[in-house]
Amino acid sequence: MQEIISASGISKKFEAAQALKDISFEVNESEIFGFIGPDGAGKTTLFRIITTLLLPDEGEIKVLGLDAIKGFLELRKNIGYMPGRFSLYQDLTVEENLNFYATVFGTTVKENYDLISDIYSHIEPFRKRIAGKLSGGMKQKLALSCALIHKPKLLVLDEPTTGVDAVSRSEFWDMLKKLKQHNITILVSTPYLDEAMRCNRVALIQNGKILSIDNPQKIREGFSRKLFSAKAPEKHKLINALREYPGTLSAYPFGDSVHITFHNDEFDDSLYEHLKKVGIEKTTITESEASIEDRFLELMKKGTTG
Amino acid sequence: MRTILYLIRKEFLQIFRDKFIGRAIFAVPIVQMLLLVPAVTFEIKNVKLCVIDRDISVESRALINQLEGSTFFKIKYSTFSEKEAENLLHRNKCDLILQIPSGFSKNIGTGNPVKVLASINAINATNAQLSWAYLNGILRDYNMNILLENAGDLAVSSIPQISFSNRYWYNEMLNYKFYMLPGILGILVTAIGFLLAGLNLVKEKEVGTIEQINVTPVRKYQFIIAKMVPFLIIGLADLALGLLIGKLFFNIPFEGSIGLLFLASAIFLVAVLGLAIFLSTFSSTQQQFMFVAFFFLIIFILMGGIFTPVDSMPMWAQKFDLVNPMAYLMRINRMVMLKGSTFQDISRDIYSLIIIAVGFTAFAVRMYRKTA
Repeated sequence: MQEIISASGISKKFEAAQALKDISFEVNESEIFGFIGPDGAGKTTLFRIITTLLLPDEGEIKVLGLDAIKGFLELRKNIGYMPGRFSLYQDLTVEENLNFYATVFGTTVKENYDLISDIYSHIEPFRKRIAGKLSGGMKQKLALSCALIHKPKLLVLDEPTTGVDAVSRSEFWDMLKKLKQHNITILVSTPYLDEAMRCNRVALIQNGKILSIDNPQKIREGFSRKLFSAKAPEKHKLINALREYPGTLSAYPFGDSVHITFHNDEFDDSLYEHLKKVGIEKTTITESEASIEDRFLELMKKGTTG
Repeated sequence: MRTILYLIRKEFLQIFRDKFIGRAIFAVPIVQMLLLVPAVTFEIKNVKLCVIDRDISVESRALINQLEGSTFFKIKYSTFSEKEAENLLHRNKCDLILQIPSGFSKNIGTGNPVKVLASINAINATNAQLSWAYLNGILRDYNMNILLENAGDLAVSSIPQISFSNRYWYNEMLNYKFYMLPGILGILVTAIGFLLAGLNLVKEKEVGTIEQINVTPVRKYQFIIAKMVPFLIIGLADLALGLLIGKLFFNIPFEGSIGLLFLASAIFLVAVLGLAIFLSTFSSTQQQFMFVAFFFLIIFILMGGIFTPVDSMPMWAQKFDLVNPMAYLMRINRMVMLKGSTFQDISRDIYSLIIIAVGFTAFAVRMYRKTA
C-alpha cells in the first residue's frame, strides 16, 4: 500500500504557544484517517501544514510523494481542502461556487460530476440560491462538492461535522465511506469522540502531541481498567457522590449513565451505603465494556497529568 | 490567462451582486461632483460689512455706495459705536469693520492725508486677505474718481503713471469650478479604487474565503491582478462619468486629449490599487483597513495640491509629494484639462507615476506572498 502522507518530527510554534510538538505519522492510500482531539489541540495547524498553507518550523512532510514545502504548487492540484469555517463565497450561488472552483482547478463540473453526484444531488434543486442562505447541512455538502470537484487524490476535512445536527453528521460519514470507492484518501479531524469509530485509523491529539495512533478497535481495547456503569435519575448528584467516595478513581457522565473506575478495579457494599447517605437509593452498578471514548478520556487524562 | 479572466469575472459578479455597492459605485461620483464642485470654492461673495460712518457727507456716502455696488460686499450693519461694531465682529455677525472718521470729506483735496480704518476677521486667513484685496481695489477706484473730479481729465492723463492690464491664462474668468473639478475627479477615482479594492481583499481574509483560494493552483500574482483589474475598470468608468457631469453641468473646458487623461488615470489607479492591496496584507479586519486607508487618503489628498499649491508647501512636503501619486494626478489633470498639455509636456509626471505604480504593486505582491 502506498503512503499518501508521511510526516516526521513536525513542530510548529506560534508567538505564544507551541502548536505542534514532534508530530510523526503515516497515512495509507484509500483510508479514512481521523485526528481526534479537543479544541486547540493543534488539528487545524497540522492540516494547514499538510495543505501547504503553513510552513512547519521543523520536520519533514511528504504528501502524495511530494515534499509539501517544495512541491506545493503540484500538490495543490491534487488536494481537496475543506476548512473548518465555511469558506466559499457566500454571495455567489451554489452553482457559481461550484463552477468557480472547477474552473480554477482547470476542469469542469461535467467532467467530474459522477464523483460528486451523490452529494451534490441533495443541493442541486437549490443551485440558484446564494450560498450564504443555505442551511448548515447544505453548506457542508456544497463545501464538500467544491473540495471534490477537481477529483483530488487526498481530501482534507477540518472538523466537517462541527455545528451540524446529528442526522446530517451521520449522513456525512456515510458519504465519506462512499468516497473511498473512488480511491480518495480522506484525512478528517473532529472533536467528537463518537465519530472515531467511523475512521479506519485514528490519531488522538492533545496539546500538539499525538497520544496514540491505531485502528479504533485496538484503541478501545487499550483501556487499562475495569469499567463500571451506574444510572440514577439525578445524574449530577450521583457523579458528585461517586467522586466523594474514596475508592473512586474517576467518574464522568457518559450518555444517560455514569462511567466509573476504581483504584483497585472493584467495589464493595460500602459504596451503596455511601450513596444511600446522600439520598441516592435506587442505583445498580454493573461492569461495562469500555468504548473508544473511555479510552480517549483515559489517555487524555494521562496526557495532562503526566 | 484563462484563470485570471475567470477570477475577474467572479469579482464583477460579486461587486454587482451587492446591490448597494453596485449602485453606489455610480451614485457616489454623481453626487460628489454635483455637491463638491460648486461647494468647494475660494471665491468670496457677500463679505458682511459693518460701517461706522462718522463723517456723514456726500463723499463718505459715495464710498459706501461704491462698496455696496460690488458683489463682494454686503453692508449688513451701520453704526456709530465702535463697541457695537466690535461686538458684531466678535459674534461673527460681520466679517469686516470699515471706519470713516469725521473730517473725511473736509480733508479731501486739502493735501492732508485722508484715512479710513478697516478691521478684518482673520480667523480664515485666506478670506481676510482676499477681502482686503477687494476692499483695496474699491478704494483705489474711489481715489481715482476723486482725482478725476478735482483735476479734470487732462491733468490726470498728464500725470506719469503705469497703467497695467492683466489677463488670466488657462482660466480666464478665474472660475474656481474649473480649478476644482479636475482635482475632485482625482479624489473620486482614488476613493472608489483605493477603498473598494482594499476592503474587498480584507473581506476575503475576514470571511476565510482566501484560505480556500490559497489551496487551489491559483498563483498569488494572478489573484492580485484579478483584484486590481475590476477596480481599475470601475475607476475609469467613474472618471468618464465625472467628466460627463463636468461637461453637462459645469461646462468645463477640455483642452487636452481625453486619451492622455485616461492613460494617466489608469497608471495612477494601478499605483493606488497596489498600495491598497499592500495595506490590506497588514489588516486582518475591514475596520483596521478603513482606519489605515483613511489616514493615507487624507495625507495624499491634502498634500496632493488640490486645495493649496504644492509649490508653496515647505520643502519636506514637496519632497514627500515625489511619492504621492495624488500630487502627480492633480497636476496632470489640471494641465491636460485646462491647459491642453500634451504627452511631451507631462512625460516626466507620467514616468514618475509609472515608477510609483510598479513599486507599490511589487511591494503588494511581495507582502502578499509572505503573509498569505
